[in-house]
Amino acid sequence: MEYEPVIGMEVHIEINTHSKAFCTCSTNFNAQPNTQVCPVCLGMPGVLPVLNKEFVDKAIAVGLALNCSIAEWSKMDRKNYFYPDLSKNYQISQYDLPLCREGYIDIEVNGKIKKVHILRAHLEEDTARNTHDLGGGYSGVDFNRGGVPLLEIVTYPDLRSSEEVFVFLTELKLLIQYLGVSDCNMEEGSLRAEANVSVREKGSEQLGVKTEIKNVASFSGVVKAIEYEVDRQINVIKSGGKIIQETRGWDPDRGITFSQRSKESAHDYRYFPEPDLVPLAVSKEWVSRIQKDMPELPQMRRKRFQEEYGLSLYDASVLTSTKAMANYYEETVKLVVEPKQAANWIQVELQSVLTYENTTIENSPVKPEHIAQIINLVRDEVISGKIAKEVLRKVFKTGKPPETIIKEEGLIQITDIDAIRKVVREVIKKNPSQVEQYHSGKSKLFGFFVGQIMQHTQGKANPKVVNDILKEELDK
Amino acid sequence: MTEQWWRRDASEISVLVKNKEVSPVEVVQSFLEHINEVESKVNAFTQVWSDYAIQQAKSLEKKIVKDNSSVGALVGVPVSIKEVICTQEGFTTCASKILAGYQSPYDATVVEKLRQADAIFIGKVNMDEFAMGSSTENSSIKLTRNPWNLKCVPGGSSGGSAASVSAEECVISLGSDTGGSIRQPASFCGCVGLKPTYGKVSRYGLVAFASSLDQIGPLSKNVMDSALTLSVIAGKDSRDTTSVDLPQVDYAEKIRKGKKPSPIRIGLPKEYFTEDLNKEVKEQVMTAIQTLEKQGAELVEVSLPHTEFAIATYYIICTAEASANLARFDGVRYGFRHPDSNNIIEMYKRTRSEGFGPEVQRRILLGTYVLSSGYYDAYYLKAQKVRKLITQDFENAFQKCDVIIGPTSPTPAFRFGEKTQNPLEMYLSDIYTISVNLAALPAISVPCGLSQNSLPVGLQFIGKHFDEEYLLSVAHLYEMNREQKLGSPPLK
Repeated sequence: MEYEPVIGMEVHIEINTHSKAFCTCSTNFNAQPNTQVCPVCLGMPGVLPVLNKEFVDKAIAVGLALNCSIAEWSKMDRKNYFYPDLSKNYQISQYDLPLCREGYIDIEVNGKIKKVHILRAHLEEDTARNTHDLGGGYSGVDFNRGGVPLLEIVTYPDLRSSEEVFVFLTELKLLIQYLGVSDCNMEEGSLRAEANVSVREKGSEQLGVKTEIKNVASFSGVVKAIEYEVDRQINVIKSGGKIIQETRGWDPDRGITFSQRSKESAHDYRYFPEPDLVPLAVSKEWVSRIQKDMPELPQMRRKRFQEEYGLSLYDASVLTSTKAMANYYEETVKLVVEPKQAANWIQVELQSVLTYENTTIENSPVKPEHIAQIINLVRDEVISGKIAKEVLRKVFKTGKPPETIIKEEGLIQITDIDAIRKVVREVIKKNPSQVEQYHSGKSKLFGFFVGQIMQHTQGKANPKVVNDILKEELDK
Repeated sequence: MTEQWWRRDASEISVLVKNKEVSPVEVVQSFLEHINEVESKVNAFTQVWSDYAIQQAKSLEKKIVKDNSSVGALVGVPVSIKEVICTQEGFTTCASKILAGYQSPYDATVVEKLRQADAIFIGKVNMDEFAMGSSTENSSIKLTRNPWNLKCVPGGSSGGSAASVSAEECVISLGSDTGGSIRQPASFCGCVGLKPTYGKVSRYGLVAFASSLDQIGPLSKNVMDSALTLSVIAGKDSRDTTSVDLPQVDYAEKIRKGKKPSPIRIGLPKEYFTEDLNKEVKEQVMTAIQTLEKQGAELVEVSLPHTEFAIATYYIICTAEASANLARFDGVRYGFRHPDSNNIIEMYKRTRSEGFGPEVQRRILLGTYVLSSGYYDAYYLKAQKVRKLITQDFENAFQKCDVIIGPTSPTPAFRFGEKTQNPLEMYLSDIYTISVNLAALPAISVPCGLSQNSLPVGLQFIGKHFDEEYLLSVAHLYEMNREQKLGSPPLK
């Protein structure tokens, strides 16, 4: 019997509004505990929430990017449960009428396009952060995060492998980053992913009993947790057992999922419409205003890079894999550079320097104009390709423009035929036995001469001119 | 001090103070002396802010001496505030042990507005715990007595507000009305109580009982003073998205200068005048209706067919909302926390079991139950549907009439302990007021006479959405032509 995994994802994204979802407190991440709070987000008696318009704007943008329909009429609900990270002991969320409904996102797995359907994306508020290591038998609650806007995106159970989940999460993160509405930083908790996992016999249309995996801190953790959970479920079924619907945690140290809460002990959240907020009416005009300001999304950009710059799908994908890199690329191309050359330089040469120096393209001291200059200098045969790579590393170290470095270090390529001929003659003169061997058929020695010439010119001699003249002189 | 300023109403005091005919300090002192004299009998106040009141009066006096042209509409008028409305001054306890000693970090919007209107805050007044009750007997602080008969309840939940106005310890009190909590005590204590249209007055700073029903309003000696207060406290508040943006109206000015309202088609709901209605109450109400007829009013029988479902509907919706609204009182951040508990769940349980009184616990449990999975559709959802039907009843009735009139409460004030053993009977005392909250309408209770036992009877006027202007003008017309004057309560 062969089994296949069936996976649906729930992804929480912190939306980077200036103020919180229902009050005017700042949403800054690293402030001192309980300094970004007010009576509203602390749930003091008598306060009322006011929905942040920027939150709705950005949620609509995400909804549109996920190809969702934006509900003209939605409402907020109260989700009731007692826990000290909730100042009101209910969370304002959306239950049966979410803002964004029925969309999809295309992902590419093994060269094939797959549609992952989105059930909904809804507005809610984040909880506070509890700390249990304060000592003295006390726990602390930091309400700075309480009330920060969250968008919860829920997919249909369309995913069939941990690999698909990884690609989906990567694509979703990319999309959100392109929109500029969240940092999607899993370590800082601005993106949190939960997986609903079940398995079934291959070919079956029925869904198996699912478990929900929570509290995973990274994409790779999600992948490992799913792989473990799928194996576990298959083993349970194969040995005649039954899967219990439950919430499971992920222990990254032991590499296992473990039972946290069974369905029987699950919360009854007693959702009901939030009476303190009027229903959310989103007009067609509002939606088209957001639509108009939508930036180009990764998929469109990928396609455009192929068409406009003649790049391969692979190159286009790499270059659009972050918004920063894609912007960097386009800025470089704008400076009248051959697009394919620019693609190579950025994704190969620049990337290897960045990786080696452990930094990102956003923080690169090598700017697009530097890359463009280097490419043009090579094209104009002012420097050789080999020297160019060295110049790139020097720009990174010093931040100086390539032309300055070339001048300061005398790296300009020698194209003066007479000067090169002089060196060629000298090298031939100094190595009579090699010349003899060359003439007697050892044509491989041509490279030896080139090497000697390059050594004499510190690599600055134009290789093409060297080749031509060397041939000429040897054949005399 | 010879002049008894506490006998005056807000319209008089504000004009006299503005015109420098009396110092606000003198007015406040007169009230404080009167409070000193009668409060031990009435027990309306939970906090009397003697020093703070004098301090406000003194700074107001300076302001008036400097420039009396810019003073507010309620200048020098002593007001009391229900314990459920947040004030930075003093405590905001909701008459609950769970908030004993709680100081609000901010003022409610209505408090800010009263302050801008130069009113003087004289103290806070008693209520049923978290505004849940109809007799103020559910207060964890004290029992407030009805100034007309000290053996009787003042009504509730704004019992302290009604008693303080009735006993003339203040001129105006702000109360809150979720199912009749302003109108019923006003009716029991012989004063005027106005529940504005839902959305008319900001709820920011009103500790929520049932958010979709709660509304702040004034209790006063007469209709004019309620009109005056409404003009001050009404209006859109950016902190309350359920408040509605409508043009400011000076209701007192409109009434003073306005023409006699016409036409006056009075709707009498047949469901309100049944066998269950107390005979004495019915008699007084019918006399009042005749008074209006003499003023040219026309009587129309209307029907509110879903009235019989109002109480059931109300107690599902209000308890559901309350169960969530009161969840924040958990001992974690403020208020009472039970000292002996070994873990968080035990702390929650002990704090809430000891912090809340029995009626509040009953409603939290009921509300939790009706929202539970498997029961939601049968209770909460169905109640929302019936609420729509009740609203439609009123819409249909207002096709035929301009104002609906009936008793505020089926009986005059009852005695202490008379209904505490039977919560259902207590709930029934709100039968005429509850529908108004469900339909979000404005309504006012105006005294219309005394029973044989010398207990006040209240007449309820129900108006159309946001048409307080018409509602107040008809109520004022009645008040001006009322035959039986109540006089002062005996305080016995």
